[in-house]
Amino acid sequence: MGTRALVMAAYLLLPLPLAAQETDNENPAGKVVYDRWCAGCHGTDGRGEGPGALTMLPRPRDFTRALYQVRTTGSGELPTDDDIMHVINVGMPGTAMPGWEDLLSSQEREDLVTYLKSMSRFFNSSPPPAQLEFSNAPRVSDDRIAEGAEIYEQVECSKCHGRSGRADGPSAPTQKDDSDLPIYPANLTQNWRFNGGGTVEDIYRVLRTGLDGTPMPTFSDLIDAGVITDDQLWNLAHYVRSLSPEESPRIREVITAANVGDGEGGLPTSPTDERWETVDKFYIPLVGQIVVKPRWFNPRVQNLWVQALHDSADVAMLVSWSDPSRSPNEEWAPFAQQIVEAMGPKDEGSTWAPGAPDQLVVQFPLTLPTGMERPYFLQGDARRPAYLWSWRSDHDRAVEMVARGLGTGQEQPASSQQVSAEAAWADGEWRVLFRRSLATPDSTSDLQMPRATVVPVAFQAWDGNNGEAGNQAAVSTWYFLALEEPVPVTVLITPLAAFLLTAVLGLVVVTRAQRREKEIPGRN
Amino acid sequence: MLEISGNKGLVAFASLFALTAGCGGGEAGSGAAGGDQAAAGVVVEHPVDAATAGSVSGTVAFSGDVPTPAAIDMSDEPSCQEETGGTAVSESVLVGSEGGLANVFVYVKEGLDSSLEFPTGDPVVLDQKGCTYLPHVVGLSMGQQLTVRNSDEVLHNINATPTENRGFNRSQPQVGMEFETSFPTPEVMIPIRCDVHGWMDAYVGVTPHPYHAVSDANGVFAMDRLPPGDYLLEAWHELYGTTTQSVTVEQGGTTSVTFEFNEAMAGQPVPMGPVLVVDHTTGTMHRTIPRL
Repeated sequence: MGTRALVMAAYLLLPLPLAAQETDNENPAGKVVYDRWCAGCHGTDGRGEGPGALTMLPRPRDFTRALYQVRTTGSGELPTDDDIMHVINVGMPGTAMPGWEDLLSSQEREDLVTYLKSMSRFFNSSPPPAQLEFSNAPRVSDDRIAEGAEIYEQVECSKCHGRSGRADGPSAPTQKDDSDLPIYPANLTQNWRFNGGGTVEDIYRVLRTGLDGTPMPTFSDLIDAGVITDDQLWNLAHYVRSLSPEESPRIREVITAANVGDGEGGLPTSPTDERWETVDKFYIPLVGQIVVKPRWFNPRVQNLWVQALHDSADVAMLVSWSDPSRSPNEEWAPFAQQIVEAMGPKDEGSTWAPGAPDQLVVQFPLTLPTGMERPYFLQGDARRPAYLWSWRSDHDRAVEMVARGLGTGQEQPASSQQVSAEAAWADGEWRVLFRRSLATPDSTSDLQMPRATVVPVAFQAWDGNNGEAGNQAAVSTWYFLALEEPVPVTVLITPLAAFLLTAVLGLVVVTRAQRREKEIPGRN
Repeated sequence: MLEISGNKGLVAFASLFALTAGCGGGEAGSGAAGGDQAAAGVVVEHPVDAATAGSVSGTVAFSGDVPTPAAIDMSDEPSCQEETGGTAVSESVLVGSEGGLANVFVYVKEGLDSSLEFPTGDPVVLDQKGCTYLPHVVGLSMGQQLTVRNSDEVLHNINATPTENRGFNRSQPQVGMEFETSFPTPEVMIPIRCDVHGWMDAYVGVTPHPYHAVSDANGVFAMDRLPPGDYLLEAWHELYGTTTQSVTVEQGGTTSVTFEFNEAMAGQPVPMGPVLVVDHTTGTMHRTIPRL
C-alpha cells in the first residue's frame, strides 16, 4: 500500500514530464519503468543478461526473441498484450519473477508492455497473434480425474513429470531450456509453484499452448488429430490439479508432536508406516543459503513436510520432501555438472563433486534457550552452538553433531550417538524417520528434551544431483517442536460437567420464572 | 542402419508423400513470400533455363582419426530399441568407408542474383522412426513445406529453436500423427530436438533459393540447374562448424568441389543460435550470433 501511495504521489507531482516521455521516441515511457525495475535481471538491452541473471535458473527472459512461456496463443506464436500484462501482474510462481500489480500503476504497466514488444522485431513483422479458443472447465468429478489419470499415461506425461508427478520421469535428467541450460519438469504435486498458474484453467491453458522456451510442448495437436477430445484434455487438467492439495499449504510455526502414550503399538518404526497418514503434517518452506559463501541460488528442495510423535520416552520425527532422484546417481551426474557450471563455480567456490549425496539436517539449539534468543539460524555460532541430526543418503544413517557455524559440525563419537534414522526413497520422494530418546546420557553435547516443552527446530536440505554440497543448500528459518502431553481425563470431564451444571441451573431458573409468570394474574 | 538420402532422393520421396498429405499452408510460414506462394496457389516458374545452366558435384572429406560414434541407450523405449536393433549410435559424426563425412549441409552462400525468385519446391518429410530423426539434416527453401511425422508408437515432442524464424514445440504421442510447417526467413541452421529422448536431434537449413544439399553416407552431394557464374559455397557440420569453397559454374558443365573437415575443427563455434556463453570470471554472458 505504501509503495502504491508513493507511486500515486509521484504521478500527481510529475504529470507533465511523464506525458512528455510518452511521445519521445528516444526515451519512451516504458523504458523509464523498465530500466528502473526490470533491467537488473533482464538487462538494459532486454537480452536477459542483467547483473542478477547469473544467480537465476531458469534465466530471465530474452525479450529480443519474443519467446513467452505464458500465453493464450499457439506454440511459437507471439503473446497477446493481455498475456504479457498478465505475467507482469502476477509474476511467474516458482521463478525469480515477482508480480508487479501492486508496485506499478496500470499506466506504467501498459507502457512496459509496449516497450517490451519494441525489443523484438517479431512484433513488427508478424500479424497480431490469434488467441486460441478455450472451452469452459467442466465440473470436476472422480470419474473425470480417473480418466485424466489414464490419459496422463496414454500421452506419456510421465516421461518427464514421473508417474507420481514429482518430476522424476526417465527423461528428466536430460531436460534443457532454450538457453541450453538444464531445467526441471514441473513438480505436479505443488501447483502453487506452477509458473503458468495452478488452477485447472491454468493447467488446461498450458496443455493447449505449451511453455515456449522450455521442453513443455503444446498438446493442442492431439485434439486436432482426434487422439483425444477437448473434454478429455480437461480431464487430464483435472487429474493434474488433483495431484496437489486443494488449498496451498499454510505455514504454522509450531510443529506439534502428539503423545501416543503406550497404546497402538507405540511410535511408528518405519518411514512408510501407514499410521503416518493420520498424523498432522507441517509445511516448511526452504530458500537457498545466500549468506555464507559459497552461496546457493538454485535450491532444489523447495519445501519439506514434517510430522512428529512422542511417547514420553522417545521422539519420532518424519521428514518428507520431493526429490526426483536418489543421489548419487550416474544418470544425473551430467545434469548436476551443468547446474554447477551455470550457477558459477569460480566466483562462489562450489565444493560439489560427482558422487555428492542427498542430505538433511535437523537443527536444534544445543541447550534450551531460557528467553527468546536462539542460536544463529545457520548452525549457530561460537556463543550459541547448534545441535544437529545429520542424515546422508550415501551412508544411509544419521549422526549427532555439534556445530558453531555453518559447515562446522563435529560428529560426536560413535559411543555417544543417540539418534537413529531410517530412510525410504520412492516415486520422487524422500521419507526420513529420525528417532531419539527425549533424555540422553550425554547432557553436555545432546539437547535434552524435557516433557511438555517447546524446542526450537530448523532444517537444511541438499540434493546432490542438483549440484548441492557444502554450504550450498536449502535452509529454513527457526520453527518450534512442541512435545504435547496426553490430555488428563479431568481436562475432558471438567468442561462437560460445567456445561451440564450450567444447563441444569438454567433449566431451574427458566422453569421457576415460567411458574412465577403463571402465578401473576393480569399479565398477558 | 540409417540411410542418409541425398537431397534429390528426399525431394522425390517428399513428392510422393505430398500426393497423400495434400497442401497445408505452413502456419509458421504465414507472411512469408515463399509461404504465400503455396497458400495462394501461385505457380512460380523456375527462373533458370536448364539448357544454359551448370551443376556442382561435390564430396565432403574427413581426414584424421575417425571418432567412434557413441552408442545410444534406448532401453527405456523398447519399441525404438527393437526398431534400431539395439545398435543405434550418435549421428553427430558419421564417416563413410571411403572417408566421406555425412550430414553436411552445403549451400550457395554468395554469388547468386538476389532478384531471382524460385518456386518453393515440393514438401519435405522429417520422420521420427526408431527414436531417430530421418533425415538427420534437412535442407529447405524459405517457405517450403516441412511435414513432421511420427512413425513411432511413443511420445515425441518436436522442439524447434530458431532465432531468425519463430520456433515451435509440439507433441506427437501417437503413431501416424503429422503436421506441416515452414520457415519464412533464411537461417543456417535451425536445431530441432526431442526433449523426451535426449539423443534425438536434427538440423534444418533454410536458404532463400533451392541451391542446397546434404552430403550422403559417402560424403557426396550435388546441386543442379545453377546459372553460370562464380559462387561461394559453404559447408556446415554440427560439430566441426563451417568451411567455404569458391566455385565457377559453366554452361552445361559440372564443377567438382571437395570440402575438407578434420578432427581439429571440433570445438569451433558452430553457427547456430543462440549459443549462450557464460564467463564466470567477469560475471557476464553473451551469445554468439548466427550469421547467414
